[in-house]
Amino acid sequence: MELDRIENLLEKYFEATTTIAEEKILKQYFSQENIEPHLEQHRPMFNYFSVAKEERFTKQVPLKPRRNYYKWMSVAAVAILTFGIYFGNQYRERKQAEIAYQETKKAFELLAENFGRGTEKVAYLQEFEAAKQKIYNND
Amino acid sequence: MQQSDFLNVVMPFKDKLYRLAKRLLISKEEAEDATQEVLLKLWSKNESMADYKNVEAFAMTMTKNFCLDRLKSKQASNLKLVHSNYQDENTSLQKQLEAEDSVRWMERIMDTLPEQQKMVLQLRDVEQYEFEEICELLDMKPTAVRVTLSRARKTVREELAKKHSYGIG
Repeated sequence: MELDRIENLLEKYFEATTTIAEEKILKQYFSQENIEPHLEQHRPMFNYFSVAKEERFTKQVPLKPRRNYYKWMSVAAVAILTFGIYFGNQYRERKQAEIAYQETKKAFELLAENFGRGTEKVAYLQEFEAAKQKIYNND
Repeated sequence: MQQSDFLNVVMPFKDKLYRLAKRLLISKEEAEDATQEVLLKLWSKNESMADYKNVEAFAMTMTKNFCLDRLKSKQASNLKLVHSNYQDENTSLQKQLEAEDSVRWMERIMDTLPEQQKMVLQLRDVEQYEFEEICELLDMKPTAVRVTLSRARKTVREELAKKHSYGIG
C-alpha cells in the first residue's frame, strides 16, 4: 500500500504535477535505509537535493556605510569652499593693490615726463636770457 | 536602513542566492563573486528596498540575470568558467563515500542540463519554491515551468538509470 503510493507519487513527480508536500513525502521515503530495490536508482536524485540545500554562502560581504561617506564628503566640500573664498578674497585684494600701484606709477611717470618737457622750455628761456644780457652788455 | 537591518533582511536568503549562482556558474569562486555582487547592488539600493514587496524574489531575479549575463559574456569571449570544486573534503566510511560519489554524479548530471532546466530544478527541488513563485522569478508561464521541470527530472532519471545499469562501483 505504502509502495503503491510512492510509485504513484513518483509518476506524478516526473510529470511535475506533485505538490511541495508530496515531494517532501518522496524525499522522506528516499532518505530511509531500506527502500525497494527497483526504486534504489532514484535515491541519488532525492538525496542530492537535500545535500545541495546544505550549501552555505560563507564569504563576508564588505558593506560600506555609504551615507556616512557622503556626509563627510559634504563637510570637506564646505571646508574647501570656505578656504577658497577666504584665500581668493585675499588674492583679489593683493591684485587690486598691485593694479592701484601700477596706475599711480603711470600717473607719476606722466607727471615726470611733463616736468621734463617744462625744463626743456626753460632751457630756451635761459638762452633768451643770455642773449638779452649780451645785448644789454653791448650797450 | 542600517547595516544590521539590511543583514537581517538578507540573511535568510543569501544562501539561496549563492546556490542558484553556483548552479548556473558551477564554479564556487564565480558563484561567491556573483552573490557578493548581487548583495552589494541590493545594499546600494537599500533606500528603495522597502518598496519591493518581496526582497527575496527580487534578489533571486537579480542573481539569475547577473549569472546569465556572466555566462553570456564568458561565452562571447570564448572563455570557459573554470572550477575545481568537484571534490569535497569529507571522508570516512564506505557508505559515506558511496553517497558522496552519487552526489558527485548528480552534480555532473545537473551541470549538463540546459540553463532553464537547471534553474527550475534548483528552485523547485532544492529550494522548494511554489510554482507561482518560480513563474514570477523566471518570468515564465506556469505550463512552461511544468514542462521544463518534468523534462529536467526525466533527463536526470535517464542519466541515473544509465549509470545504474553500468553498475555502481
